Amino acid sequence: MNGRYELNKNLAQMLKGGVIMDVTNAKEAEIAQKAGAVAVMALERVPADIRKQGGVARMSDPKMIKEIKSAVTIPVMAKARIGHFVEAQILEALGIDYIDESEVLTPADDMYHIDKRNFKIPFVCGARNLGEALRRIGEGAAMIRTKGEAGTGNVVEAVRHMRTIMAEIRKLKNLPREELMTAAKEMGAPYDLVVKVAEDGKLPVVNFAAGGIATPADAALMMQLGSEGVFVGSGIFKSANPEKRAKAIVKATTYFNNPEILAEVSEDLGEAMYGLEISQIAQEQILANRGW
Amino acid sequence: MVNIGVLALQGSFREHLHILSLLERVNPCEVKTVGDLEKISGLILPGGESTTIGKLLKDFDLTEPIIQRITTGMPVWGTCAGMILLAKEIVDEDYCHLELMDIAVRRNAYGSQLESFNTAMNIPQVSDKKIPLVFIRAPWVERVGANVQVMATLNNRIIAVQQQNMLATSFHPELTQDLSFHSYFVKMVIDKANSI
Repeated sequence: MNGRYELNKNLAQMLKGGVIMDVTNAKEAEIAQKAGAVAVMALERVPADIRKQGGVARMSDPKMIKEIKSAVTIPVMAKARIGHFVEAQILEALGIDYIDESEVLTPADDMYHIDKRNFKIPFVCGARNLGEALRRIGEGAAMIRTKGEAGTGNVVEAVRHMRTIMAEIRKLKNLPREELMTAAKEMGAPYDLVVKVAEDGKLPVVNFAAGGIATPADAALMMQLGSEGVFVGSGIFKSANPEKRAKAIVKATTYFNNPEILAEVSEDLGEAMYGLEISQIAQEQILANRGW
Repeated sequence: MVNIGVLALQGSFREHLHILSLLERVNPCEVKTVGDLEKISGLILPGGESTTIGKLLKDFDLTEPIIQRITTGMPVWGTCAGMILLAKEIVDEDYCHLELMDIAVRRNAYGSQLESFNTAMNIPQVSDKKIPLVFIRAPWVERVGANVQVMATLNNRIIAVQQQNMLATSFHPELTQDLSFHSYFVKMVIDKANSI
Protein backbone atom coordinates (compact mmCIF):
# COMPACT_ATOMS: atom_id res chain seq x y z
CA MET A 1 0.00 0.00 0.00
CA ASN A 2 2.81 2.36 0.88
CA GLY A 3 4.41 1.76 -2.52
CA ARG A 4 1.10 2.56 -4.18
CA TYR A 5 0.76 5.83 -2.25
CA GLU A 6 4.28 6.84 -3.32
CA LEU A 7 3.43 6.07 -6.96
CA ASN A 8 0.30 8.17 -6.68
CA LYS A 9 2.20 11.10 -5.20
CA ASN A 10 4.72 10.63 -8.02
CA LEU A 11 2.06 11.05 -10.70
CA ALA A 12 1.25 14.43 -9.15
CA GLN A 13 4.97 15.29 -9.45
CA MET A 14 4.67 14.73 -13.21
CA LEU A 15 1.79 17.23 -13.41
CA LYS A 16 3.82 20.03 -11.79
CA GLY A 17 4.17 23.26 -13.69
CA GLY A 18 1.13 22.29 -15.71
CA VAL A 19 -2.52 23.24 -16.18
CA ILE A 20 -5.40 20.84 -15.52
CA MET A 21 -8.54 21.88 -17.42
CA ASP A 22 -12.23 21.15 -16.81
CA VAL A 23 -13.88 19.63 -19.89
CA THR A 24 -17.46 18.48 -20.42
CA ASN A 25 -17.12 16.42 -23.61
CA ALA A 26 -14.59 14.73 -25.91
CA LYS A 27 -14.30 17.77 -28.17
CA GLU A 28 -13.35 20.08 -25.31
CA ALA A 29 -10.91 17.44 -24.06
CA GLU A 30 -9.16 17.44 -27.44
CA ILE A 31 -8.96 21.24 -27.42
CA ALA A 32 -7.47 21.13 -23.92
CA GLN A 33 -4.87 18.52 -24.89
CA LYS A 34 -3.96 20.44 -28.02
CA ALA A 35 -3.55 23.61 -25.99
CA GLY A 36 -1.02 21.84 -23.75
CA ALA A 37 -3.05 20.76 -20.70
CA VAL A 38 -1.22 18.20 -18.52
CA ALA A 39 -4.51 16.53 -17.59
CA VAL A 40 -8.24 17.03 -18.02
CA MET A 41 -11.00 16.98 -15.41
CA ALA A 42 -14.08 15.29 -16.87
CA LEU A 43 -17.35 16.69 -15.55
CA GLU A 44 -20.88 17.24 -16.85
CA ARG A 45 -21.21 20.89 -15.92
CA VAL A 46 -18.44 23.36 -15.19
CA PRO A 47 -18.71 25.02 -11.75
CA ALA A 48 -20.15 28.26 -13.20
CA ASP A 49 -23.11 26.28 -14.58
CA ILE A 50 -23.53 24.24 -11.41
CA ARG A 51 -23.70 27.53 -9.53
CA LYS A 52 -26.23 29.00 -11.95
CA GLN A 53 -28.48 25.94 -12.29
CA GLY A 54 -28.44 24.87 -8.65
CA GLY A 55 -29.79 21.48 -7.55
CA VAL A 56 -27.68 18.49 -6.52
CA ALA A 57 -24.43 18.11 -8.46
CA ARG A 58 -23.23 14.49 -8.71
CA MET A 59 -20.50 12.35 -10.28
CA SER A 60 -20.61 12.48 -14.11
CA ASP A 61 -22.10 9.79 -16.34
CA PRO A 62 -19.48 7.02 -16.84
CA LYS A 63 -20.29 7.06 -20.57
CA MET A 64 -19.14 10.65 -20.86
CA ILE A 65 -16.01 9.95 -18.78
CA LYS A 66 -15.16 6.98 -21.03
CA GLU A 67 -15.61 9.10 -24.16
CA ILE A 68 -13.22 11.69 -22.77
CA LYS A 69 -10.76 9.00 -21.74
CA SER A 70 -10.64 7.60 -25.26
CA ALA A 71 -10.33 11.08 -26.82
CA VAL A 72 -7.03 12.01 -25.11
CA THR A 73 -3.67 10.50 -24.15
CA ILE A 74 -3.04 12.79 -21.15
CA PRO A 75 -4.27 11.76 -17.65
CA VAL A 76 -8.01 11.97 -17.00
CA MET A 77 -9.45 13.04 -13.65
CA ALA A 78 -13.07 13.05 -12.51
CA LYS A 79 -14.95 14.33 -9.47
CA ALA A 80 -16.69 12.38 -6.72
CA ARG A 81 -18.87 14.00 -4.07
CA ILE A 82 -17.30 14.55 -0.64
CA GLY A 83 -17.77 11.33 1.34
CA HIS A 84 -19.33 9.42 -1.57
CA PHE A 85 -17.02 6.42 -1.57
CA VAL A 86 -19.22 4.48 -3.98
CA GLU A 87 -18.87 7.17 -6.64
CA ALA A 88 -15.13 6.83 -6.02
CA GLN A 89 -15.34 3.04 -6.43
CA ILE A 90 -17.12 3.55 -9.76
CA LEU A 91 -14.52 6.06 -10.97
CA GLU A 92 -11.73 3.67 -9.98
CA ALA A 93 -13.46 0.88 -11.92
CA LEU A 94 -13.47 3.15 -15.01
CA GLY A 95 -9.67 3.09 -14.94
CA ILE A 96 -9.17 6.86 -14.92
CA ASP A 97 -6.00 8.38 -13.44
CA TYR A 98 -7.10 10.62 -10.55
CA ILE A 99 -10.21 11.35 -8.46
CA ASP A 100 -11.04 14.83 -7.18
CA GLU A 101 -13.10 14.52 -3.99
CA SER A 102 -14.62 17.89 -4.66
CA GLU A 103 -16.63 20.56 -2.89
CA VAL A 104 -17.88 21.65 -6.33
CA LEU A 105 -20.27 18.68 -6.21
CA THR A 106 -22.94 18.50 -3.50
CA PRO A 107 -21.47 16.69 -0.46
CA ALA A 108 -22.85 13.19 0.15
CA ASP A 109 -21.69 13.09 3.77
CA ASP A 110 -21.89 16.06 6.12
CA MET A 111 -19.34 14.67 8.58
CA TYR A 112 -16.77 12.45 6.89
CA HIS A 113 -14.59 12.39 3.82
CA ILE A 114 -13.70 9.27 1.80
CA ASP A 115 -11.10 6.95 3.34
CA LYS A 116 -8.78 7.41 0.42
CA ARG A 117 -6.25 4.86 1.66
CA ASN A 118 -8.79 2.18 0.74
CA PHE A 119 -8.23 2.90 -2.93
CA LYS A 120 -5.54 2.12 -5.46
CA ILE A 121 -6.35 5.26 -7.48
CA PRO A 122 -4.93 8.63 -6.32
CA PHE A 123 -7.09 11.46 -4.93
CA VAL A 124 -6.75 15.23 -5.01
CA CYS A 125 -8.66 17.26 -2.41
CA GLY A 126 -9.34 20.95 -1.81
CA ALA A 127 -8.10 22.88 1.23
CA ARG A 128 -8.45 26.41 2.59
CA ASN A 129 -5.73 26.13 5.19
CA LEU A 130 -2.92 23.87 6.38
CA GLY A 131 -5.03 21.96 8.90
CA GLU A 132 -7.56 21.03 6.23
CA ALA A 133 -4.78 20.05 3.79
CA LEU A 134 -3.14 17.79 6.40
CA ARG A 135 -6.47 16.17 7.35
CA ARG A 136 -7.01 15.26 3.70
CA ILE A 137 -3.43 13.98 3.37
CA GLY A 138 -3.99 12.00 6.58
CA GLU A 139 -6.98 10.37 4.87
CA GLY A 140 -4.77 9.46 1.91
CA ALA A 141 -4.95 12.37 -0.56
CA ALA A 142 -1.90 12.26 -2.89
CA MET A 143 -2.30 15.86 -4.04
CA ILE A 144 -3.79 19.07 -2.61
CA ARG A 145 -5.32 22.08 -4.32
CA THR A 146 -6.69 25.30 -2.91
CA LYS A 147 -10.47 25.42 -2.89
CA GLY A 148 -10.69 29.02 -4.02
CA GLU A 149 -14.28 29.74 -4.96
CA ALA A 150 -15.08 27.68 -8.04
CA GLY A 151 -17.22 29.03 -10.85
CA THR A 152 -16.73 32.69 -9.92
CA GLY A 153 -13.85 33.72 -12.18
CA ASN A 154 -12.64 35.57 -9.09
CA VAL A 155 -9.17 34.57 -7.89
CA VAL A 156 -9.36 36.26 -4.49
CA GLU A 157 -10.32 33.13 -2.52
CA ALA A 158 -7.61 30.98 -4.15
CA VAL A 159 -5.07 33.69 -3.24
CA ARG A 160 -6.34 33.75 0.33
CA HIS A 161 -6.13 29.96 0.65
CA MET A 162 -2.66 29.74 -0.89
CA ARG A 163 -1.35 32.59 1.28
CA THR A 164 -2.90 31.01 4.36
CA ILE A 165 -1.33 27.60 3.68
CA MET A 166 2.09 29.13 2.93
CA ALA A 167 1.99 31.36 6.01
CA GLU A 168 1.04 28.44 8.24
CA ILE A 169 3.88 26.33 6.80
CA ARG A 170 6.37 29.16 7.48
CA LYS A 171 5.04 29.46 11.01
CA LEU A 172 5.37 25.72 11.72
CA LYS A 173 8.92 25.74 10.42
CA ASN A 174 9.91 28.21 13.11
CA LEU A 175 8.19 26.53 16.06
CA PRO A 176 10.29 24.65 18.60
CA ARG A 177 9.53 20.94 18.70
CA GLU A 178 7.61 21.10 22.00
CA GLU A 179 5.05 23.49 20.48
CA LEU A 180 4.15 21.21 17.57
CA MET A 181 1.64 19.06 19.45
CA THR A 182 -0.38 22.11 20.49
CA ALA A 183 -0.12 23.42 16.93
CA ALA A 184 -1.48 20.08 15.69
CA LYS A 185 -4.33 20.28 18.19
CA GLU A 186 -5.18 23.84 17.21
CA MET A 187 -5.23 23.23 13.48
CA GLY A 188 -6.94 19.86 13.78
CA ALA A 189 -4.18 18.09 11.89
CA PRO A 190 -2.42 14.73 12.42
CA TYR A 191 0.66 15.27 14.62
CA ASP A 192 3.03 13.20 12.44
CA LEU A 193 2.19 15.30 9.40
CA VAL A 194 2.62 18.53 11.38
CA VAL A 195 6.11 17.37 12.39
CA LYS A 196 6.90 16.44 8.77
CA VAL A 197 5.83 19.87 7.47
CA ALA A 198 7.80 21.61 10.24
CA GLU A 199 10.92 19.64 9.24
CA ASP A 200 10.58 19.92 5.44
CA GLY A 201 9.08 23.41 5.22
CA LYS A 202 6.61 22.18 2.61
CA LEU A 203 3.58 19.96 2.17
CA PRO A 204 4.39 16.26 1.76
CA VAL A 205 2.38 16.23 -1.51
CA VAL A 206 2.12 18.48 -4.56
CA ASN A 207 0.03 21.63 -4.05
CA PHE A 208 -1.92 23.20 -6.94
CA ALA A 209 -4.13 26.29 -7.14
CA ALA A 210 -7.81 26.06 -8.04
CA GLY A 211 -11.04 28.00 -7.82
CA GLY A 212 -11.57 31.23 -9.74
CA ILE A 213 -8.55 31.28 -12.06
CA ALA A 214 -9.67 33.00 -15.29
CA THR A 215 -6.65 34.69 -16.91
CA PRO A 216 -2.97 33.97 -17.66
CA ALA A 217 -2.11 36.61 -15.05
CA ASP A 218 -4.23 34.77 -12.46
CA ALA A 219 -2.34 31.55 -13.17
CA ALA A 220 1.06 33.28 -12.92
CA LEU A 221 -0.03 35.01 -9.70
CA MET A 222 -0.83 31.66 -8.11
CA MET A 223 2.51 30.22 -9.29
CA GLN A 224 4.42 33.19 -7.85
CA LEU A 225 2.60 32.66 -4.56
CA GLY A 226 4.06 29.15 -4.42
CA SER A 227 1.53 26.99 -6.22
CA GLU A 228 3.05 24.06 -8.17
CA GLY A 229 0.49 24.13 -11.00
CA VAL A 230 -3.10 25.23 -11.63
CA PHE A 231 -6.57 23.89 -12.22
CA VAL A 232 -8.76 25.98 -14.50
CA GLY A 233 -12.44 25.14 -14.38
CA SER A 234 -15.00 27.45 -15.89
CA GLY A 235 -12.31 29.98 -16.86
CA ILE A 236 -11.53 28.38 -20.22
CA PHE A 237 -14.72 27.09 -21.77
CA LYS A 238 -16.83 29.95 -20.39
CA SER A 239 -14.62 32.51 -22.12
CA ALA A 240 -14.99 33.98 -25.62
CA ASN A 241 -12.04 32.11 -27.15
CA PRO A 242 -11.34 28.91 -25.17
CA GLU A 243 -8.56 27.59 -27.38
CA LYS A 244 -6.53 30.78 -27.33
CA ARG A 245 -7.09 31.34 -23.62
CA ALA A 246 -6.16 27.74 -22.79
CA LYS A 247 -2.86 28.06 -24.68
CA ALA A 248 -2.12 31.39 -23.01
CA ILE A 249 -2.73 30.00 -19.52
CA VAL A 250 -0.40 27.04 -20.24
CA LYS A 251 2.37 29.41 -21.31
CA ALA A 252 1.79 31.72 -18.36
CA THR A 253 2.05 28.80 -15.94
CA THR A 254 5.47 27.81 -17.33
CA TYR A 255 6.86 31.35 -17.65
CA PHE A 256 5.13 32.70 -14.52
CA ASN A 257 8.24 34.68 -13.62
CA ASN A 258 8.70 36.38 -16.98
CA PRO A 259 6.53 39.53 -17.32
CA GLU A 260 7.46 40.06 -21.00
CA ILE A 261 6.09 36.65 -21.93
CA LEU A 262 3.07 37.18 -19.68
CA ALA A 263 2.31 40.46 -21.46
CA GLU A 264 2.62 38.79 -24.83
CA VAL A 265 0.34 35.83 -24.07
CA SER A 266 -2.27 38.01 -22.33
CA GLU A 267 -2.88 40.03 -25.47
CA ASP A 268 -6.16 39.87 -27.42
CA LEU A 269 -7.70 36.83 -25.73
CA GLY A 270 -11.28 38.06 -26.11
CA GLU A 271 -13.62 38.34 -23.18
CA ALA A 272 -12.84 36.41 -19.99
CA MET A 273 -15.64 34.55 -18.22
CA TYR A 274 -18.13 36.72 -16.38
CA GLY A 275 -16.90 37.18 -12.82
CA LEU A 276 -18.73 37.15 -9.50
CA GLU A 277 -17.96 39.31 -6.48
CA ILE A 278 -17.65 36.90 -3.52
CA SER A 279 -19.58 39.19 -1.12
CA GLN A 280 -22.57 39.06 -3.51
CA ILE A 281 -22.86 35.28 -3.18
CA ALA A 282 -25.35 33.97 -0.59
CA GLN A 283 -23.53 32.31 2.30
CA GLU A 284 -25.13 28.89 1.68
CA GLN A 285 -23.84 28.98 -1.90
CA ILE A 286 -20.18 29.35 -0.91
CA LEU A 287 -18.64 26.06 -2.12
CA ALA A 288 -15.40 26.42 -0.15
CA ASN A 289 -17.29 25.94 3.13
CA ARG A 290 -18.09 22.36 2.13
CA GLY A 291 -15.71 19.79 3.65
CA TRP A 292 -14.78 19.08 7.23
CA MET B 1 32.62 21.85 -12.74
CA VAL B 2 30.23 21.11 -15.59
CA ASN B 3 26.93 22.89 -16.14
CA ILE B 4 24.19 20.33 -16.56
CA GLY B 5 20.81 21.70 -17.58
CA VAL B 6 17.35 20.35 -16.87
CA LEU B 7 14.59 21.42 -19.23
CA ALA B 8 12.29 23.32 -16.84
CA LEU B 9 9.11 23.87 -18.83
CA GLN B 10 6.88 21.38 -17.02
CA GLY B 11 7.15 18.18 -14.99
CA SER B 12 9.66 16.80 -12.49
CA PHE B 13 12.54 19.15 -13.22
CA ARG B 14 13.10 20.17 -9.58
CA GLU B 15 13.72 16.54 -8.61
CA HIS B 16 16.42 16.21 -11.29
CA LEU B 17 18.02 19.50 -10.22
CA HIS B 18 18.03 18.30 -6.62
CA ILE B 19 19.77 15.01 -7.43
CA LEU B 20 22.33 16.82 -9.61
CA SER B 21 23.03 19.16 -6.69
CA LEU B 22 24.08 16.13 -4.60
CA LEU B 23 26.76 15.13 -7.11
CA GLU B 24 30.31 16.43 -7.18
CA ARG B 25 31.64 18.54 -10.03
CA VAL B 26 28.13 19.45 -11.24
CA ASN B 27 26.46 22.83 -11.44
CA PRO B 28 22.73 22.17 -12.05
CA CYS B 29 20.92 24.75 -14.23
CA GLU B 30 17.30 25.33 -15.15
CA VAL B 31 16.79 25.56 -18.90
CA LYS B 32 13.87 27.68 -20.04
CA THR B 33 15.34 29.81 -22.84
CA VAL B 34 17.79 29.60 -25.74
CA GLY B 35 20.21 31.65 -23.61
CA ASP B 36 20.11 29.00 -20.86
CA LEU B 37 20.82 26.32 -23.45
CA GLU B 38 24.06 27.98 -24.53
CA LYS B 39 25.60 27.68 -21.06
CA ILE B 40 25.24 23.93 -20.55
CA SER B 41 27.35 20.88 -21.42
CA GLY B 42 24.60 18.28 -20.93
CA LEU B 43 20.79 18.32 -20.84
CA ILE B 44 18.16 16.28 -19.01
CA LEU B 45 14.63 16.13 -20.43
CA PRO B 46 12.49 15.35 -17.37
CA GLY B 47 9.28 13.41 -16.83
CA GLY B 48 6.01 15.27 -17.28
CA GLU B 49 3.49 15.37 -20.09
CA SER B 50 5.27 14.98 -23.43
CA THR B 51 2.44 16.70 -25.35
CA THR B 52 2.68 19.73 -23.05
CA ILE B 53 6.48 19.93 -23.07
CA GLY B 54 6.67 19.31 -26.84
CA LYS B 55 4.20 22.10 -27.46
CA LEU B 56 6.05 24.57 -25.24
CA LEU B 57 9.35 23.67 -26.94
CA LYS B 58 7.83 24.56 -30.27
CA ASP B 59 5.96 27.69 -29.15
CA PHE B 60 9.07 29.15 -27.55
CA ASP B 61 11.39 28.21 -30.45
CA LEU B 62 13.51 25.82 -28.40
CA THR B 63 13.10 22.73 -30.60
CA GLU B 64 15.66 23.66 -33.27
CA PRO B 65 18.36 24.97 -30.89
CA ILE B 66 18.09 21.78 -28.79
CA ILE B 67 18.31 19.56 -31.88
CA GLN B 68 21.32 21.58 -32.99
CA ARG B 69 23.15 21.09 -29.67
CA ILE B 70 22.41 17.37 -29.49
CA THR B 71 23.35 16.58 -33.09
CA THR B 72 26.67 18.33 -32.52
CA GLY B 73 27.41 16.02 -29.61
CA MET B 74 25.95 17.43 -26.37
CA PRO B 75 24.95 14.52 -24.10
CA VAL B 76 21.20 14.33 -23.43
CA TRP B 77 19.11 12.08 -21.20
CA GLY B 78 15.33 11.76 -21.46
CA THR B 79 13.33 10.22 -18.60
CA CYS B 80 9.80 9.01 -19.41
CA ALA B 81 8.28 12.01 -21.25
CA GLY B 82 11.87 12.93 -22.17
CA MET B 83 12.27 9.56 -23.89
CA ILE B 84 9.16 10.32 -25.95
CA LEU B 85 10.57 13.73 -26.89
CA LEU B 86 13.76 12.12 -28.22
CA ALA B 87 12.12 9.34 -30.26
CA LYS B 88 11.99 9.35 -34.05
CA GLU B 89 8.70 7.45 -33.91
CA ILE B 90 5.77 7.49 -31.49
CA VAL B 91 3.67 4.37 -32.06
CA ASP B 92 0.07 5.10 -33.19
CA GLU B 93 0.72 8.85 -33.42
CA ASP B 94 1.39 10.91 -36.52
CA TYR B 95 3.76 13.37 -34.85
CA CYS B 96 7.04 13.35 -32.98
CA HIS B 97 9.06 16.03 -31.20
CA LEU B 98 12.87 16.25 -31.41
CA GLU B 99 13.16 13.23 -33.75
CA LEU B 100 16.67 12.29 -32.71
CA MET B 101 16.86 8.69 -31.48
CA ASP B 102 16.25 5.66 -33.67
CA ILE B 103 13.61 4.25 -31.38
CA ALA B 104 9.85 3.67 -31.69
CA VAL B 105 8.20 4.49 -28.36
CA ARG B 106 4.72 3.56 -27.17
CA ARG B 107 3.17 6.17 -24.86
CA ASN B 108 1.31 5.07 -21.69
CA ALA B 109 2.35 1.57 -22.73
CA TYR B 110 1.44 0.02 -19.38
CA GLY B 111 -1.97 1.74 -19.12
CA SER B 112 -3.51 4.26 -16.71
CA GLN B 113 -2.21 5.29 -13.28
CA LEU B 114 -3.63 2.06 -11.79
CA GLU B 115 -0.91 0.24 -13.77
CA SER B 116 1.98 2.41 -12.51
CA PHE B 117 4.53 0.36 -10.53
CA ASN B 118 7.89 0.15 -8.71
CA THR B 119 10.56 -2.46 -9.17
CA ALA B 120 14.35 -2.85 -8.95
CA MET B 121 16.91 -4.48 -11.20
CA ASN B 122 20.58 -4.77 -12.09
CA ILE B 123 21.80 -2.64 -14.98
CA PRO B 124 25.51 -3.56 -14.99
CA GLN B 125 26.49 -0.75 -17.33
CA VAL B 126 25.23 1.81 -14.78
CA SER B 127 25.82 0.27 -11.36
CA ASP B 128 26.85 -3.00 -9.73
CA LYS B 129 24.00 -2.60 -7.24
CA LYS B 130 20.29 -3.06 -7.86
CA ILE B 131 18.67 0.15 -9.08
CA PRO B 132 15.14 1.10 -7.93
CA LEU B 133 12.92 1.83 -10.93
CA VAL B 134 9.71 3.91 -10.82
CA PHE B 135 7.27 3.65 -13.73
CA ILE B 136 4.51 6.31 -13.87
CA ARG B 137 2.16 5.91 -16.84
CA ALA B 138 5.38 4.92 -18.52
CA PRO B 139 6.30 4.40 -22.17
CA TRP B 140 8.37 1.49 -23.48
CA VAL B 141 10.53 1.13 -26.55
CA GLU B 142 8.99 -1.11 -29.17
CA ARG B 143 11.73 -1.08 -31.82
CA VAL B 144 15.32 0.14 -31.98
CA GLY B 145 17.64 0.97 -34.87
CA ALA B 146 20.90 -0.94 -35.43
CA ASN B 147 23.00 1.79 -33.78
CA VAL B 148 20.97 1.82 -30.56
CA GLN B 149 22.24 -0.10 -27.57
CA VAL B 150 19.59 -1.71 -25.35
CA MET B 151 20.69 -1.20 -21.72
CA ALA B 152 17.77 -2.85 -19.94
CA THR B 153 14.62 -4.82 -20.58
CA LEU B 154 11.81 -5.73 -18.20
CA ASN B 155 9.44 -8.58 -19.09
CA ASN B 156 10.80 -8.46 -22.65
CA ARG B 157 10.06 -4.74 -22.99
CA ILE B 158 12.91 -2.31 -23.63
CA ILE B 159 13.09 0.30 -20.85
CA ALA B 160 16.56 1.88 -21.23
CA VAL B 161 18.56 2.67 -24.36
CA GLN B 162 21.64 4.57 -25.45
CA GLN B 163 22.62 5.86 -28.86
CA GLN B 164 26.01 7.61 -28.73
CA ASN B 165 25.45 10.84 -26.72
CA MET B 166 21.74 10.12 -26.17
CA LEU B 167 20.33 8.21 -23.22
CA ALA B 168 16.65 7.42 -22.64
CA THR B 169 14.80 5.64 -19.83
CA SER B 170 11.12 4.72 -19.38
CA PHE B 171 11.46 5.16 -15.64
CA HIS B 172 12.25 8.03 -13.25
CA PRO B 173 15.58 7.84 -11.36
CA GLU B 174 14.84 11.41 -10.17
CA LEU B 175 12.02 10.09 -7.97
CA THR B 176 14.31 7.77 -5.98
CA GLN B 177 17.24 8.32 -3.60
CA ASP B 178 19.52 6.34 -5.90
CA LEU B 179 22.19 8.46 -7.60
CA SER B 180 23.62 5.88 -9.97
CA PHE B 181 21.80 6.85 -13.17
CA HIS B 182 22.55 10.53 -12.64
CA SER B 183 26.20 9.66 -11.92
CA TYR B 184 26.30 7.66 -15.14
CA PHE B 185 24.95 10.62 -17.12
CA VAL B 186 27.31 13.07 -15.42
CA LYS B 187 30.19 10.81 -16.47
CA MET B 188 28.93 10.93 -20.07
CA VAL B 189 28.97 14.74 -19.88
CA ILE B 190 32.41 14.97 -18.26
CA ASP B 191 33.92 12.44 -20.69
CA LYS B 192 32.52 14.44 -23.57
CA ALA B 193 33.85 17.73 -22.14
CA ASN B 194 37.32 16.14 -21.67
CA SER B 195 37.37 14.79 -25.21
CA ILE B 196 37.10 18.27 -26.73
